[in-house]
Amino acid sequence: MQTLDTPTEPREIETHYTRVDRVFRGFVTSCALFSLVVLILIAAFLLYRGFEIFADFGLSFITTSKWDIGNPEDTSTAVLGIGAMLVGSVVTAVIAILVAVPFAIASALFIEFYAPRLLRTILTSVLDLVAAIPSVIFGIWGYVVLLPLVEDWSGTLYKYLSWFPLFDVQTPIFGRSPLLAGLLLSIMILPIVTSVAREVYGQAPRDLIDASYALGGTKWAGIRTVVLPFGKSGLVGGAMLGLGRAMGETVAVYLTLNLVFKTNFQILASAGGNVASLIANKFGEATDYELKALMAAGLVLFLVTLLVNFFATVIVNRSRKIV
Amino acid sequence: MTTFEVSTVVPEPRRPWDHSRGTLLRVGVLVTLSGIFGWLLNTLTGLSGFLGWYVGLAFAMPVVAFVGSVRHGWNLASDRVASAVITVAFAAVTIPWVSIFVTVYQKGSKAFHSKYLTDDMRITPSSDVIQNGGVAHAIIGTLMMVLIASLIAVPLGILAAVYIVEIKGRFAKLVRFLTQAMSGVPSIVAGLFIYATVVVFFGGFSAWAGALALVILMLPTVARTSEEILKIVPEDLRTASYALGATQSRTTFRVVLPTIASGLVTAAVLGIARVVGETAPLILTASYFVAKSTSLNEPIASLPIYIFSSLGLGDENATTRAWGGSLVLLGVVFILFAIARTISTRLARK
Repeated sequence: MQTLDTPTEPREIETHYTRVDRVFRGFVTSCALFSLVVLILIAAFLLYRGFEIFADFGLSFITTSKWDIGNPEDTSTAVLGIGAMLVGSVVTAVIAILVAVPFAIASALFIEFYAPRLLRTILTSVLDLVAAIPSVIFGIWGYVVLLPLVEDWSGTLYKYLSWFPLFDVQTPIFGRSPLLAGLLLSIMILPIVTSVAREVYGQAPRDLIDASYALGGTKWAGIRTVVLPFGKSGLVGGAMLGLGRAMGETVAVYLTLNLVFKTNFQILASAGGNVASLIANKFGEATDYELKALMAAGLVLFLVTLLVNFFATVIVNRSRKIV
Repeated sequence: MTTFEVSTVVPEPRRPWDHSRGTLLRVGVLVTLSGIFGWLLNTLTGLSGFLGWYVGLAFAMPVVAFVGSVRHGWNLASDRVASAVITVAFAAVTIPWVSIFVTVYQKGSKAFHSKYLTDDMRITPSSDVIQNGGVAHAIIGTLMMVLIASLIAVPLGILAAVYIVEIKGRFAKLVRFLTQAMSGVPSIVAGLFIYATVVVFFGGFSAWAGALALVILMLPTVARTSEEILKIVPEDLRTASYALGATQSRTTFRVVLPTIASGLVTAAVLGIARVVGETAPLILTASYFVAKSTSLNEPIASLPIYIFSSLGLGDENATTRAWGGSLVLLGVVFILFAIARTISTRLARK
């Protein structure tokens, strides 16, 4: 007679891949690591091309605010630094974030909790569509439509708030100022911040919201006590994604900000620039040495945006994990 | 004896925040009152135009909402004020969107004439009268570069997603993280990188270089969207395939990917929509050429650069041409989106 042995513990499962599968897995893995290769190559090549600049100027390339190629024959007469452009990148991006985030919160809440069901699906698609509008179209719109409006607003701001250093200018002529570029950037990054915020708010625990209603709370009470605290870190991540976008934007800033090599904190003055628009601006008629400086500037921009995006991704992913 | 009727219908769970008819009436009154206030403010102070009216309305609405509800207590009043603020802020957000679409349509349609989509700028200077020349060269250039870029980026993006979802390899987290990091690479840096490699080595601007720059920008979108779609595939399908003795590669290529084929098309279309309007990297890689050209080793025109270069000239006809190009480009993006949306809703219905 046969006896049946009951195994005391589950059988260990081993996976043996066939040769086809091993080839398949190896192939897919190498393709998947393509992005790693590209990111490393970008850093390596920009460093390789721009190394001479870092060797010649060192840290002063980041801190000086002067762009003078001197005698084109003699590279030692050149003084190149992107300090003003870095400041400009930060100033415009900060304006963009400060304007965009409150509106993004309101939009996300509206789409998720206030809009009727039909409108909600439409708005979600519209948000994706607006996020895909090419930056050159934002740029031309900003230059033609937004510029006269912002000039007007700048006049009013200057009239009443010029005692505040931020809104002071030497001569009250307004034009392609950091304020204009910042406002345009805020319109451009709003969709991405909104969709991240909307996604996070949508995951807010329904039972807690219902509990808030059950206790007699209003809709706002539920949002204030459940949704907003829940979505805080996701919102921060979304805002940082927007910050990264704003700092790396080229064409829209190129069209709406006067490139002047001066560290400018006066957001109404028509002077400024950011690193990306500097590259687009100087690229056309750059000397060899200047081109190397642009490569170096590109490397700085790459590293800064990578860092911002790194933190943004970590924060967004962490807020997803809580769910 | 009384009988109890037991209802067997389970009531639908109700979204507590759905609107009732009373709410709509209240909102109507609120908006009308605030609109009148905005108009009054418009006539009494220096504010002018639609924006001035809207500013008045935006300030009035929370105030009116507060005044109208404060007699019911602080809680209700704060709720009404919050609703008013959120709605007003969202409506403000849509103003620039509408303005962009309307402006591009109004100014862009002026550049259109019967041959606008079939002529190039070979013998037409940008400042020439609108009836001459067209955007055909730019459309051809954009199509070519985007096509080449998709041929490279779409398979790579899908394979990256397959690695994360199907293979679940050692680097899965790293790959996802890197793809996200890559989506944040500023477009000009991608252009600069291709310039430093392809353009410098092969001695000149070319359609190839432009397409390669677009690959870098397209890949993250394709990978991310494909990953989301791959996750929809039910685990049962994979298990069933394995149970029949299929290898992993066979399961992936014959079962998983065909199931979501239309979703992968959506991923590709969204990737194309992401890069079709990229300007900065093309300035550094593909440059511009005024005639129709299909040569891959020469500089080539593209819609964004057509817009950008026409705009830089400051001439009225050139600016109109820039708007015309914008309308074409926006139309392309719109169509791509419509395609992606149609396919993905069909997929969702399945």
